[in-house]
Order: sequence, then C-alpha cells, then structure tokens
Amino acid sequence: MKEAPARAMKKVFSRPASLKNAVYHYCAGCGHSITHRLIAEVIDELGIRGITIGVPPAGCAVLAYNYFDVDMLEAPHGRGCAVATGVKRMLPDRVVFSYQGDGDLAAIGTAETFHAANRGENITVIFINNAVYGMTGGQMAPTTLLGQASTTSPPGRNAILDGHPVRMSEILAYLEGSKYIERCAVNSPTNIVRAKRAIKKAFQYQIDGVGFSMIEVLSPCPTNWKMTPIDACKWVDEVMSATFPPGVIKDVKGKG
Amino acid sequence: MNKILIQGNQVIGEAAIRAGCRFYSGYPITPQNELTEYMAEHLRKVKGGTFIQAESEIAAINMVLGASAAGARAMTSSSSPGISLKQEGISSMAADELPGVVVNMMRGGPGLGNILPSQGDYFQATRGGGHGDYRTIVLAPASVQELADLTMKAFDLADRYRNPVLILADGMIGQMMEPVVFKEPKPRHYSDSFIMKGAGNGKSRSIRGLILDALKMEEHNWKLFRKYKAMEQREKRWEAFKTDDADLIIIAYGTAARIAKGAIKRLRETGLKVGLIRPITLWPFPDYAIRGFAAKTDRFLVFEMSMGQMIEDVRLALGGRGQVEFYGRPGGVVPTPAEFANVVAHHYKNDEPEEED
Repeated sequence: MKEAPARAMKKVFSRPASLKNAVYHYCAGCGHSITHRLIAEVIDELGIRGITIGVPPAGCAVLAYNYFDVDMLEAPHGRGCAVATGVKRMLPDRVVFSYQGDGDLAAIGTAETFHAANRGENITVIFINNAVYGMTGGQMAPTTLLGQASTTSPPGRNAILDGHPVRMSEILAYLEGSKYIERCAVNSPTNIVRAKRAIKKAFQYQIDGVGFSMIEVLSPCPTNWKMTPIDACKWVDEVMSATFPPGVIKDVKGKG
Repeated sequence: MNKILIQGNQVIGEAAIRAGCRFYSGYPITPQNELTEYMAEHLRKVKGGTFIQAESEIAAINMVLGASAAGARAMTSSSSPGISLKQEGISSMAADELPGVVVNMMRGGPGLGNILPSQGDYFQATRGGGHGDYRTIVLAPASVQELADLTMKAFDLADRYRNPVLILADGMIGQMMEPVVFKEPKPRHYSDSFIMKGAGNGKSRSIRGLILDALKMEEHNWKLFRKYKAMEQREKRWEAFKTDDADLIIIAYGTAARIAKGAIKRLRETGLKVGLIRPITLWPFPDYAIRGFAAKTDRFLVFEMSMGQMIEDVRLALGGRGQVEFYGRPGGVVPTPAEFANVVAHHYKNDEPEEED
C-alpha cells in the first residue's frame, strides 16, 4: 500500500483560532476546558473573533483570558451581566458574552443576571453549573443538589436548613426579556455536540438581534465531587439531570 | 454665553452631557434623584447616549465599568449608602485603570441615616473607599457654578489618569438653584488604544484586576502609586478667602465653606480678622497650601458637617504647626452663617480654647 504524500493529508482537527496555545489549569475531567473549546469553535465558525468581547467571572474560569484569544474584560464577582450590559450598549455591533459559574450567576450575581435578562439585553450568557463552588474548594452552591455533600453542607444539602437548588434557567425563562435558554451538558460526545449547537444558536441570535440568551452547561467537577472523571460524567446523567433536566427551556423562535 | 437658573443635581447632568458623557446608570436615592431623572430625560436624546435605571447601585457602577472599557465617558451617581455599595466597582475600575465619574450627594449617616446635607463620607471618599491600595481624585464643589465646572473637569481628570473621579457634595448643593454659565468643554484626549472593542485582525487583549503573582501584583501597585503621586503633584486645588490679614483661618469645604464665608462677612463687619481656606480637591489634599498659611497665623478652625474627618488631613498638613480647633455638626444639621459666626467669635476671643461643655 502506497503512502499518500504528506501535503495531501487533510487536517481534520486542530486548535480553534479563538483559543490561545496555552495549557489549561483546569483539573482532569473538568467541563470548563470543553466548554471553552466549544465557544472558541463557534466564534471561529461564525467568523466573529475580531468583534467578540468576553466577560469572564470570578471562579475557576477567572483566568479565561489566558485561553480565549478574543478581547476579555474582567467583571467583579457576579457582575458579568452588568459589565456586559455596559459594553454592549456602547458597542451594539459587537458580540458580547459573559461566562459565569453557578455561584457567580445564581448567588452573588442573581440580581444582575435576572435584570439583564429582564431588560432583554442582547448578550449571550454561558452558565457553567457544576453544583459546587469549585475554585474556593467545594462549598455548597445555589445549585448544589439536595443531599449532596459539600464542605459547607457536610452531611448533604438539607432543604430546611440550606434551601433548595436554584433553577436559574427556568426562572429566567419566565421573563419577557429572555429569548433563548437551553440547558446542555458536556459529559458525553452526544451532549457535547448538542451543547455546541446550542452555543452557536445563542451567538447567532445575538448577531441577529433577537435578545438575551443563556446556555446552561451541566459541567463535571470530579475534584470537588470527589469522583473519577468517568463517574462524574455518569453522575451528570444519573443524578444531576434529575434536578436540572437538559433541553430547550425557552426559544422564542420556536425550534429546538 | 447664557446664564441660566438651574438646580445643582440637574447641572451635573447637563455639564456631563456637554462634556461628552454618553453612558449613565443610576439607582434612585434621595437627595440626588433629580440627576438620574435629568439623565433619563436628556441623555437618551443625545446621539449614542445611553441611560439605564439599574437594578442596584452595584449593577450601576459595573455597567459604568463596562461602558468605560468600551470607550464611553460614563457616570453614575448616588448618595452615601448607595456609594458604600458602589465601592466594589470603584476599586475594580481603579485596578483596571478605567476612567469614570462617580457623584456622591452626601446625606446624614451612618447607616440609612437621613436625607439631609452632611459631610460624613470624607474618610470613605479620600481613602480610596473600597478594598485595596488605591486612590481617587475627589472634587468638592461649593456652588452650583462650580458643580458645572468641576463636572466637566472630572471627566478630563478621569481620562488623563484613567481612574475614577469622585464629585463629593451634599444634598444642599444638589437641591439648590443658582445661576450658571456652562463653559465650553475641552476636547477629549483619550487614546483609542485604551478602548476595548474587539481584537479585529490584531492581538486580543484583556482588562483585569486579578494578578495572582505577588511580584507582578506589587509591580501593578507601584505603577498605580506613581500615577497617584503625579495626581498629588499636579492636581491640588483650593481657594483662599480673606486670608491675607487673618488672625484665625477657618478650613472648610463644600457647603460648610459657604456657611463659613457667610460667617466671615458678618465677623469682618465687627472687626474680627477671619479668613477661609477651602480645599477644592479633598484628595489630593492641598496640604502645602495650608502649611504655607502657618507662617501667617497659628490659629486654625476646622469646620465640618461631621464629627471631624478632614481635620486629620489638616493636622497632617500642619505637622504640629499652629493650633487646630474644631467645630462639627454631624447627622444632617446645617448651621446658619449667623450661628457659625457666633462659634467663630467665641474661638477668636479665647486665645486658650476652653474645654467643650
């Protein structure tokens, strides 16, 4: 069998142009790195690298500007949607996305997120839900499941003492200002493909001027869940998805 | 130029729009609502002007942060309790080297306090206010005309140093009406390279305050420090009023300085030689100016509508020279010039100050 000449080989997989050539600091099995890549692929495919401004959070993804090769403006903890609002209102022809974790978006930044959605700001929010405060070492998040142990709910989250997990996607979907909200996961090839499709649709909606969109990403955190990466992926399907069912939660343009 | 009669809070809005402010976000709080309402009515009529009534003080300052990064002259305003909430954003803007103007129409405190004029936020304003090692220029107008001039100036200073600038006044100046002439604002000098608008075909960049490496963080702090030093060297402003022959010099700012002027006019009529130094920048504090007056008189009376905050800067400025006395009215009490004249006369006639009764 003859070998094909090197120049005839087709490159089928490479680092997206919108990702820097950097080594992630994320733990093995973490969903952040996958989600970063999906966003970068979408930015490449839509050809918007030069007009995109990202707003990273405080949390594990605080160093996102080390990875994304697009302009990045840091927001104080929880304020991503307010910062993104200021940018987008001044530069309406740019594509502005915030990238936020569950503590950032659903606890300290609930008000900013809720009201940006309610104003119908034409921005895209990528919401990483890993049911725990990752960077600070595994404390209870607003999205921590009932019964789930964390460093601040050692016997497991107790609804009476600690409250219930917050479903931000469903809450924001009630608001007239939100236009597209979908919950995805990055725990399997099928789900990753689905998540990318959702992220692309959200960015496309923003480009088309549709309005506020949010993609919630159920994201494994093996380190703080104290599981192997494989078990963490299974846990997303078998346990987490019962409280946070994936799917299109709202789409004003109708199609899922 | 036409002289118009206009209220203090509204004059800030008008001066800001004339100075090129194109983003304003605010949250309702007395006694500064007329400014927010003015922006709601007028800023949206200006090309490229955005007004947002924010859901919170915190959101308002963070929207300003975003708009500023995107290249806009941006402003927010509030009153004391609201300014406390904004400190996170002010600290972040200082860290990120983003310009912006923050107006504080002070009211009585601490806590919710009341809605009356007060000067209790001097410490907060002049010591950075939020967490971390940073400073902001603080401008203290004493008339509606000066409010107009200093608002325009605030935007220039914010751009020049890429730092938030505070306008510190109180409900009295915000609520009163006076004739004003709006001066022609200076053209904006702000490099395009500071503005985040997408990487285009070039290299991407980030604006951030998080610097995990201690040595790099220290380097950033020293860089900011050099900037604050430059502000200290160039931006100190004050007014001297009837100080040439004064035996006793009052030091007061803002509304307190107005009251002092009224008192001085009365006192001069009775032959008491009293003058006033009015700091216009509270940070950087005009320390060398005050120190200079120590060669002329050794008696200073600090008057504040607080329990005594600026007096610490006066003492630092004088470095042990002269005798520093104090009269303060915290909690929203505004003494009349006549009342204050009695207080000054009492001090003037007692070479040895008495124990307070």
